[in-house]
Amino acid sequence: MAGFSVSRYAPERSTWGKIVARDSVVRRLDWPLLGSAVALSFVGSLLIWSATRGRDSLTHGDPYYFLFRHVLNTGIGLALMIGTVWLGHRTLRGAVPFLYGISILLILAVLTPLGATVNGAHAWIIIGGGFSLQPSEFIKITIILGMAMLLAARVDAGDQLHPDHRSVAKALGLALVPMAIIMLMPDLGSVMVMAVVVLGVLLASGASNRWIFGLLGTGTAGALAVWQLGLLDDYQIARFAAFANPALDPAGVGYNTNQARIAIGSGGLTGTGLFQGSQTTGQFVPEQQTDFVFTVAGEELGFVGAGLIIALLGVVLWRACRIARETTELYGTIVAAGIIAWFAFQSFENIGMTLGIMPVAGLPLPFVSYGGSSMFAVWVAVGLLQSIRVQRPITA
Amino acid sequence: MSNIPETGRTQRVQIRLVVIQILVFSLLLTLGGRLWYLQIRNGQEYTDEAKNNHVQQVVQPAVRGSILDARGVPLADNETRLVVSASRTELLKMKDDGVGVLTRLAAVLHMEPKDVLDKVRLCDAKTPQPCWNGSPYQPIPVTDEATTQQALQIHERAEDFPGITAEPTAVRRYAAPGKANTSQVLGYLSPVTDEELTKAQDTDSPYLRSDQVGRSGLERTYDKELRGKAGVTRYEVDNLGRVIGQAQNDEAEPGASVITSIDARVQAVAEYELNGAMEAARKEMDRNTNELYKADSGAVVVMEAKTGRVVAMASLPTYDPNSWVGGISAKDYAKLTGKKSNFPLLNRAIQGTAAPGSIFKVISSTAAVNAGYPFDGNYPCPSSYSIGNQTFKNFESQGYGDITIGRALEVSCDTVYYGLAHKEWEKDGGNKPKKNPNDWFYKTAHQFGLGKETGIDLPNEVSGRVPDRQWKQDFYDANKDAWCKQGKKDGTYVEKIAYEGCAEGYKMRAGDSVNYSIGQGDTLVTPIQMATIYAAISNGGTLYDPTVGKAIVSGDGKTVQEIKPQAHGKLPFTGDTRDKIDQALAGVATQGSAAWRFGGWPQDKIPMHAKTGTAEVYGKQTTSWFATYTKDYSIVMTISQGGTGSGASGPAVRNIYNALYGLDPSGNQDPKKALLPQPQKGLPTIRSDGSIVAPKIKPYAPQRPADDTQTLALAGTPGRRD
Repeated sequence: MAGFSVSRYAPERSTWGKIVARDSVVRRLDWPLLGSAVALSFVGSLLIWSATRGRDSLTHGDPYYFLFRHVLNTGIGLALMIGTVWLGHRTLRGAVPFLYGISILLILAVLTPLGATVNGAHAWIIIGGGFSLQPSEFIKITIILGMAMLLAARVDAGDQLHPDHRSVAKALGLALVPMAIIMLMPDLGSVMVMAVVVLGVLLASGASNRWIFGLLGTGTAGALAVWQLGLLDDYQIARFAAFANPALDPAGVGYNTNQARIAIGSGGLTGTGLFQGSQTTGQFVPEQQTDFVFTVAGEELGFVGAGLIIALLGVVLWRACRIARETTELYGTIVAAGIIAWFAFQSFENIGMTLGIMPVAGLPLPFVSYGGSSMFAVWVAVGLLQSIRVQRPITA
Repeated sequence: MSNIPETGRTQRVQIRLVVIQILVFSLLLTLGGRLWYLQIRNGQEYTDEAKNNHVQQVVQPAVRGSILDARGVPLADNETRLVVSASRTELLKMKDDGVGVLTRLAAVLHMEPKDVLDKVRLCDAKTPQPCWNGSPYQPIPVTDEATTQQALQIHERAEDFPGITAEPTAVRRYAAPGKANTSQVLGYLSPVTDEELTKAQDTDSPYLRSDQVGRSGLERTYDKELRGKAGVTRYEVDNLGRVIGQAQNDEAEPGASVITSIDARVQAVAEYELNGAMEAARKEMDRNTNELYKADSGAVVVMEAKTGRVVAMASLPTYDPNSWVGGISAKDYAKLTGKKSNFPLLNRAIQGTAAPGSIFKVISSTAAVNAGYPFDGNYPCPSSYSIGNQTFKNFESQGYGDITIGRALEVSCDTVYYGLAHKEWEKDGGNKPKKNPNDWFYKTAHQFGLGKETGIDLPNEVSGRVPDRQWKQDFYDANKDAWCKQGKKDGTYVEKIAYEGCAEGYKMRAGDSVNYSIGQGDTLVTPIQMATIYAAISNGGTLYDPTVGKAIVSGDGKTVQEIKPQAHGKLPFTGDTRDKIDQALAGVATQGSAAWRFGGWPQDKIPMHAKTGTAEVYGKQTTSWFATYTKDYSIVMTISQGGTGSGASGPAVRNIYNALYGLDPSGNQDPKKALLPQPQKGLPTIRSDGSIVAPKIKPYAPQRPADDTQTLALAGTPGRRD
């Protein structure tokens, strides 16, 4: 039976035949993962449409402006995913030094006059024509790939059971350079995500417990030091203060969180219906198409719709966990784990801040929020997951 | 599928992957749980909050109800003025925030553009007046004195004036029909304060930012009824306040009208006559001070004797209530409340107090009878009465021999009351009072309702004072320190008084008691208290709560709530005593101290009862009191520093009666000229649309005596004290 699956001996098949063949890449893709990601993007497009169709100052009078762009971004994202699968994560391993170099240059460019400041974070490069780029989204992928390459090289080669201290230190150094640059922007949200990604990557790599707990300890101490030494900007401290007590200043700092919570809370079980939310129509929640997109779901689709988004994210993460566990090489496992840590923490932080259980940080909700850079990055990540899956040996 | 590592992957990595998976799913579960908590468990709370968030109210103020006289003549109503207002929300939609429109508007209204812009800006801590302190969603009035011409220009060029409206709006007006200005009774309005706003927030009649609140008089007492209910339109707005839909609409309910028992015609007569009496008094020489009488203030009350309803109530000095409309200027305010103003805002009929003088003697007479002295007994009326080394004069300076209590009332013989009061004082233990003294004279004063408010439906009535033992003690406790500091045995009059006060100010001395019995000394009464008492004597003894409000008619005229007369006590005498006092008071008008003022009065047709009073005030000229009644009315007039009772107030009171009954100065009745020969029983006619029929009203044309008998009489009785 196994012999028929060896293509070399198989008769020539039609294109369709190739696609539906049992051993084809298409058949081997993780369809629940892809389906959930597409579903999330679709729901996102509806929510963005609802949130922006009345915001004339943003849409220049075209109510479909954001809808159209989100769908376009999703399309580009899908293409990037296909490209990533076609290239394969192993191929990309070779390109890591190049990608890393480009990414570092881009985030450095942000710090030059090319960069633009949005909501207190100097994290954007304005390309022109209404397009802008947020390089800190792409650097997450580069960090994951780079760390995985360094950590897995000697293990996958069979030299070591676990990465040695030297590889771990090198991998950490690779991650810390861009993190430090991004800290200068300052884009605290992205740095937080990267820190969690680094932790996830190290966990999955099998690095010694000393590294894991050492890092956790250093992170805590570092956070305390940053707080005490006043390295944070006022707007960041204000966000944290308002998180601790939104009633502190309901018209000012606490406004976002307060209005977000009102929007979600008023949705009830089934919500007000799409386009019917008074908080959304009245534009009481700022940044509603990007960072606070979940509030639209909460208000207009209710517990059912918002719960569905969480469930779909759960499917994505569940499939990613399976891919991480089932792949045979450590490189793939580490990449998958990094992506899991990224998606999980960023979703938790994003939804958590709208629900008032996390401080406000400018992070988009994967697949759902409006924003090209984020959309492209997460779809490349999905491509990596798919690539890890299709390239694993078929064991069934 | 298997989890067995097929390559070099170790158990450690495998376990760590499971840990990651568990961590990831606990995060998702946390989100789900929190979502459930917000949306399902506390959903309602947030739904309500969202509602408040996006609904803004625009208020259409209710038209304030009118205050009408007993026949329906409006004393306070609303006139329509053309008010030009600007809608801020509309103006802010424009590129220049409406500056252009407002500048054009200023040109049409012949105002300075800056003045218009200032009026439309919102008040805050840094913005000085003028500014708008109401809701920004409310049209903001720019002027209430637009002409029809200007309003038409604004309407015709609507495209030039977006957000500007020129609409007729109701503004309070105190019409003073027939010159009956009725100021202190009506009261006045002023804008609601922040404090009141917060206080009334959760009651059933909350205030609006734009509300005017009744500050005194009927406007205050019946404020809630008059105010009505404002209409509220709720708009859904977005976070910038732009209207995105209309949510709900509550129609405004106009305020109820208050029909009073005031008769504008009688009120006009009362005001005119009080003023006339005071002006006349100011031409009289006071023989005690050798100065003209100052007649600085006065009050008159005309009351229905059988119900306690107030037909007219005037207080001087007075003011024009219209000066409060549309906000009072600082200058006007100072004029009304400053130290030099003589306080025209005071309603002296209910807030002015003075010793009653001899009009108190009806109370002393009743007290004597209740203490066991027969009304018709014989009591000495010498020209003076001595207690120890003190001599109390009969102010008539005339002895009448032994007379009855009735005759003592008629001729106002003080010494009869001195004797009776002194005897009672001795019976109660004199300087060493018994444990439970009878205190007949004080007890009776309380029974007549003195020392406490009558309960009239006007705010801030004062209670006056009965200087009984309790009061003496309280007063001593409060003042002894000052007295003892100031008092000198051989000092000035004031120092001597203080010295005595320090020594035995708590004691009820014989002198206090005899002085008290003729209404002098520390007793304080208000005109409304005395009118209530004399009305009660007329009606057989029932003390009614005086009322001005007679009925409340809802804005649509469909419900009429009558305000029924209510009694708060009975006078403490038997019918027999009442009849005898009644007879004696008739005697006052026919052959006693007021007889010279009632020459030619048709006593057989309209029995007149009167009592004069002249109260001593330390350091001031005497207070004139004149208390009268017929079977239907009781009229009490008082003039501070005005001279004697009959002298200063007599002609004025008679003229009011003349107007009521249609009498000419010589006593001939012309029913056609009578304003109100019987009290107004019914209510004015209410039309089906809620409006109230008001008869035309002619101003009072005072009758001057055809002959000079009155002037002669006045000249012929110099030095009369009572």
